[in-house]
Amino acid sequence: MSVDVLSPETAPPRGTSTLQLQFRRFRANRLAMASVWLLALIVVSCFFGPYAFPFTGEDADFDFISAPALFQWPHLFGTDEFGRDLLVRVLEGGQVSLTIGFLGALVAGVIGVLYGAVAGFVGGRTDGLMMRTVEILYGFPYVILVILLSLLFGGGNLALFAAIVFTLWLTPAVIVRAQAQSLARREFIEAARAGGMTNTRIVLEHIVPNCMSVVIVYGSLLVPEVILSESFLSFLGIGIKEPQASWGNLISSGTSAMESDLRLLLLPGGLLALVLLCLNFIADGLRDAFDPNDR
Amino acid sequence: MTLLEARNLGVGYRIPGPGLFSAARMLPIVHDLSLTLDAGRTLGVVGESGCGKSTLGRALLRLIVPSEGQVLWQGEDMTTIQNLRRRRAEMQIIFQDPVAALDPRMTLARIVSRPLATFEPNLSRKEARARAVEALRQVGLSADFADRFPHELSGGQAQRVGIARAIVGRPKLIICDEPVSALDVSIQAQVINLLMELQEKMGMALVFISHNLAVVRHISHEVMVMCLGRVVERAPRNEFYARPLHPYSQALMDAVPEPDPRREKGRVGTALAGELPSVLNPPPGCVFASRCPKATDLCRQTRPELREVAPNRQAACHFIEAQ
Repeated sequence: MSVDVLSPETAPPRGTSTLQLQFRRFRANRLAMASVWLLALIVVSCFFGPYAFPFTGEDADFDFISAPALFQWPHLFGTDEFGRDLLVRVLEGGQVSLTIGFLGALVAGVIGVLYGAVAGFVGGRTDGLMMRTVEILYGFPYVILVILLSLLFGGGNLALFAAIVFTLWLTPAVIVRAQAQSLARREFIEAARAGGMTNTRIVLEHIVPNCMSVVIVYGSLLVPEVILSESFLSFLGIGIKEPQASWGNLISSGTSAMESDLRLLLLPGGLLALVLLCLNFIADGLRDAFDPNDR
Repeated sequence: MTLLEARNLGVGYRIPGPGLFSAARMLPIVHDLSLTLDAGRTLGVVGESGCGKSTLGRALLRLIVPSEGQVLWQGEDMTTIQNLRRRRAEMQIIFQDPVAALDPRMTLARIVSRPLATFEPNLSRKEARARAVEALRQVGLSADFADRFPHELSGGQAQRVGIARAIVGRPKLIICDEPVSALDVSIQAQVINLLMELQEKMGMALVFISHNLAVVRHISHEVMVMCLGRVVERAPRNEFYARPLHPYSQALMDAVPEPDPRREKGRVGTALAGELPSVLNPPPGCVFASRCPKATDLCRQTRPELREVAPNRQAACHFIEAQ
């Protein structure tokens, strides 16, 4: 008896991975795609916009102190009380906030994913110990931790970054752990073991890639969270220090001048709000595209 | 030549104790089980759900670490085998749920060729892929399938991929853990015939775990019946199906429905009465005593040993000679 070779017509013309399907569905979401483009525009103008001006955000122009927003070259949105150009300062502050936002989310995400994947996959006592640690860290007061860390690192951006990552890797760890736990019981993990794979390779090649859709969705929510907590800490005066600008400390100084000059608050605040809205719409679109219930 | 031998194998799972702070307990699944399997032969393992068939299959491959006894692979104790990970090429497994057994994020070529990265690390990526495509062809899937993903397959196709992954390292043994029970009847026959044909070509031994007596009859050389983690009967295929000796085997046979509805209607049902004993707190006697129609006080007090009741036939029942 010979094996009947199945005809290729029984399957679609080319292999499409679930990830490809999910991105195809994401691209169909107009609001999310518009947000992607708007966010890209904001990122590009934050990083390249300041080069269009003949001064930096820290240069004071004593001819224009507290100039109003008259949309006249070179101070399009006017200057602050030290004669520094507001628009350039906001763009430069955006560099800091966006970098910390994306980098912080990436680092916190990677740590959280690996930690959660190991805990969920190994299970048993190791899992218990690892997750109890996470719960203890969850209970640690955030602001006190930041103050301690800035004492430890002598203040500055590194302390801020460490504090943000330290508090934000916990939730991805919990989410991925739950996912890894259910994956670890699937038969393809057993097949991988029968195929002689080590546990490390199983975590890296099977568990982590299969957690990816959850992680991408959560990661897109993590970025605004990091930006917000950077702004919050800078607002409190623990984060980015003057004269370096970030959206947080720009908003903070804008608030103190709110009575006399609203534009100092509105420009950085509006841009932050716009970025957060974009990221939330993107996260929403990703969640819709990755929802396993309507595959 | 003996390929695989299990000696007094015991397997259990750790479960939490009854109280919040009490120590973990062992939930015994397989008790004191011995078997031998020769190269190129097929052993059918049958029994009801939860009797330890699948656990046995995994323990034989040391995917679950047995709590007692030992498994010998070609005369060598599995615990002392050097480089067991690479030797796993010789002993493979295929699973009950064919789709869950494939990583949804990998192409079929990658799923099938992945074990080769461990088994034959000197193989180039191109050679490994060629081997994977060849294995897919052997199970009846054309090369066009190589770049597809598992969600694009039907159950039968997915099970073929599972078989391709098992044979890619040229194994001497495949444990088939209910490989067809999730498939349509027409596909079941195709997969069974494929397994038999591959066995003929490649000469590997099979441990075929199933609760479907008809399928086991078709593929096996020998049949082993398990009840609550113990072997109650072992016999060559033809003798077993001609006349099962143990009352439990007879009950299993009787439970198979008649395909003809008119005869099925008139059939006198012999459905088992009685409760399954608790696994955590097993009674001292025969594992089947609580449900056996022939059980006496002797059965409830003393466990019958598995013994030779006819040439090549073993059974664990006090009353077989009396029949």
